[in-house]
Amino acid sequence: MAETETLKVQRPLSPHISIYRGGLTMLLSIVHRITGGALYFGTLLLAWWLIAAATGPEAYAHFQWFVTSWIGTLVLVGYTWALLHHLMGGLRHFMWDTGTAFGLSTVELVARLSVVLSFSLTGVVWVLGYYMAGAF
Amino acid sequence: MVELALPKGSAPKKGKTFKAPKGTKNIKAFQIYRWNPDDGGNPSLDTYEVDMDECGPMVLDALIKIKDEIDPTVTFRRSCREGICGSCAMNIDGTNTLACTKAIGDIRGKAKVYPLPHMPVIKDLVPDLNNFYAQHRSIEPWLKTTSPEPQTEWKQSVEDRDKLDGLYECILCACCSTSCPSYWWNGDRYLGPAILLQAYRWLIDSRDESAGERLDDLEDPFRLYRCHTIMNCAKACPKGLSPAKAIAEIKMMMVERSV
Repeated sequence: MAETETLKVQRPLSPHISIYRGGLTMLLSIVHRITGGALYFGTLLLAWWLIAAATGPEAYAHFQWFVTSWIGTLVLVGYTWALLHHLMGGLRHFMWDTGTAFGLSTVELVARLSVVLSFSLTGVVWVLGYYMAGAF
Repeated sequence: MVELALPKGSAPKKGKTFKAPKGTKNIKAFQIYRWNPDDGGNPSLDTYEVDMDECGPMVLDALIKIKDEIDPTVTFRRSCREGICGSCAMNIDGTNTLACTKAIGDIRGKAKVYPLPHMPVIKDLVPDLNNFYAQHRSIEPWLKTTSPEPQTEWKQSVEDRDKLDGLYECILCACCSTSCPSYWWNGDRYLGPAILLQAYRWLIDSRDESAGERLDDLEDPFRLYRCHTIMNCAKACPKGLSPAKAIAEIKMMMVERSV
């Protein structure tokens, strides 16, 4: 009987994500997925823009009102960053798919670089956008 | 399946604290995950204060000292104490490594010691590795040949032998596999970094003649392709190997044979 008792023991599962210290690379992996998901919503925005443009001035005015509102601008900036960050992540994966850049210091450097680039390129896109719109 | 929270009964509670004797100058606290199947109930985190003036430099030294002098019920696996057997693999200070090669001096503050992550616990720091070993068995980790057996040994050129460097050193400690979130969520179907590195070790062995079958077996959305290059594996490996790179090589072999 003692044996069957032992077999019935419900073993606990050892702690995992709550205790693991994976660093930037682990974080970027999940961020790559989240930004990938966010791009679906961004694409809906893009579709709205095109449909509005094809529908007529009134529909376009609606779209215009949304994207120039503060919340619309915030969403657009977020979309730009998500797109660029996902692009950087894509380039990292492309590199790995050729079997290169697996050295730990390279991995860390490229991870940091992709964060810096995604933010700075977002800045560049928006400054350029406002510049082309004649804001300054 | 992705389940971020621990199942019922698995979340560790605050446990006992074993204070160092009064007058101890150089104290290091070790917080150790405890679970005893005979007690039932939730696991707990017990804290042991160790006199570092009387302790060896590695985490394993501290664990042995705790077991010998403070609490003989603390349970863990260990054998070679020099990073070659892989028995004392555990999660120390947030990452998986071998207790025998992890220097206490590299840990800031309280040293937190858990069993390898997302594994059924047998007792304290001892995880159940049966699934891991079964997965290793499933890739048939031995030389498979069809040509007639040579009179002497199966020969290999120096260049071909070099291809096994960075792979043969794997000690199957499971540090990498249990560091991998993909393995946490899909460990029942995804082979995980350690086993895939082993698979690659046989795939590129010039003497092996079953690469085609081996690749057929790995061509699966779960067994191989759950790897998303998260890189925890390569960062955790106590032998400095790169399972991530080995997996990338397998993926490249898959592409090469289909073009």
